Amino acid sequence: MQTYFIELSYLLASIFFILGLKGMSHPETAKRGMHLAEFGMLMAIVGTLMHHEIVTYTWILAGLAVGSVVGLAMGVWVPMTAMPQRTALSHAFGAFAAALVGISEFYREGGHLPTITMSALGFEVMLGALTTTGSLLAFAKLQGLVRGTPMTYKGQNIFNMALLAVTIGIFVYLVIFPGSMPLFFTMVGLAFIFGLLLVMPIGSADMPVVMSLLNSYAGLASAATGFVLSNKVLIIAGTLDGFSGFILSILMCRAMNRSMTNVLFGAFGSVTSGAASGELQGSMREVGLEDIATQLAYANKVVFVPGYGLATAQAQHVVRELADVLEKRGVTVKYGIHPVAGRMPGHMNVLLAEANVPYSALYELEQINPEFPSTDVAVVIGANDVVNPDARDNPGSPIAGMPILEVDRSKSVVVLKRGQGKGFSGLENPLFFKPVTGMLYGDAKDTLTRLVQAVQHA
Amino acid sequence: MSHETLISALYVFALAAFLGYQVISRVPPLLHTPLMSATNAISGISLVGSIVTAGARYNTVSTILGFVAVVCSTTNVVGGFVITDRMLRMFKRKEIAKKD
Repeated sequence: MQTYFIELSYLLASIFFILGLKGMSHPETAKRGMHLAEFGMLMAIVGTLMHHEIVTYTWILAGLAVGSVVGLAMGVWVPMTAMPQRTALSHAFGAFAAALVGISEFYREGGHLPTITMSALGFEVMLGALTTTGSLLAFAKLQGLVRGTPMTYKGQNIFNMALLAVTIGIFVYLVIFPGSMPLFFTMVGLAFIFGLLLVMPIGSADMPVVMSLLNSYAGLASAATGFVLSNKVLIIAGTLDGFSGFILSILMCRAMNRSMTNVLFGAFGSVTSGAASGELQGSMREVGLEDIATQLAYANKVVFVPGYGLATAQAQHVVRELADVLEKRGVTVKYGIHPVAGRMPGHMNVLLAEANVPYSALYELEQINPEFPSTDVAVVIGANDVVNPDARDNPGSPIAGMPILEVDRSKSVVVLKRGQGKGFSGLENPLFFKPVTGMLYGDAKDTLTRLVQAVQHA
Repeated sequence: MSHETLISALYVFALAAFLGYQVISRVPPLLHTPLMSATNAISGISLVGSIVTAGARYNTVSTILGFVAVVCSTTNVVGGFVITDRMLRMFKRKEIAKKD
């Protein structure tokens, strides 16, 4: 009877999780979907508390209490700009929990597990361990505790592969000849180290891909836990998470026109761009604030193209103010969002939504590109590579083929930039040298604030 | 784990993968960040495994590992859902956004 109740609660939880994610297909249904998923989670937990093997509730309740306090604090206090860090940290937590459950199972049985269980447990522990350290390093890079630039050394890939091969070798040995504690813990240790090595050579700008990939691993580790414990809700939830991360990482790679192998082993940010910056004609044209204000004030359509620089300058709210002032004058304002703008998938959308930009004004790359020819002014704020026309025009460019926001097709382009430096990839951007482009240097927030005032007086 | 249990587990895995692909592909890029934090919270369901480990009193090591695992997964579940809700509340339609 009790078992039926627990299994039934898991079944309902699985259904609610799926319905919850289905709701994510539209902002209007997403909230209700999440409430369903929350309810499902609650049921699964209540069901589990009735498990016959549980004899003491002290540690369970203590753990639930501590976790709830920490989770609530994180949930309430973390600013939207720090969302990538928080997500990285939660990947680490999820994966660590999976690894610990696996280790505990192994320890309990003294290492003598049937072949099938040991295979699943090996996956669970290895994925869990490498995702834990990998995510922690990603967190440190995003938080700025560690330098965001790729860390590379000679023979790195060979060393990493060798380490992975040894880890998998031990895993296979343990499946065939189970029972060795020291070997098991060596495997776990190596997996922890491998996680660090995996993320070390990856630069901040490639974080969207890495985040999605770690998301996927954390999910698969949970699914593997489900195989070990023969628990179907774990398999379902873990697989959904795993696949979601996998799909997102593919989308992110596509948005940069790079293969997964290239992201993971290419150490992109360190590549020097000797190859193809080519001969750039003309010079950058600096424009006055007043000119731009007039242009904006009398435009029919303005498209803002925000990049990560907007977030670092904390200028989301000022952009919206400028948009408000323009809309009051009858200007149509839209936002073009590149899939890899920001440090995790969809990050820029959240930042702008937080600044009260209605989601109907946020346009994806494919939607906004056909609109640029009829755009009077495109305002690029803190974005560089995602508007680099070389990606489209110059087959020799390191970013050739990467889908870009084609701002250079608009009637006029204004680029708000900190200084004359290059983007993360170190590439020259021919957009800045085009006759339609005007450069406006300075801190984005400050410049935008002055633009708001100037437009009001125009 | 018996072979039959494994087979049925593999069925569940394969069907969940298929379903996951169908459902997740429909999520617009607009909601990719909330999606990631939501799936994160949902995969915090590994909490159910941690709970049994923490409460079953197999041995001291298991209890300690289970306790830590409960803390980690609960943090994910609570933090993940709270933050997803918080983000989703920010996505407003035009008329509503203007009022604020």
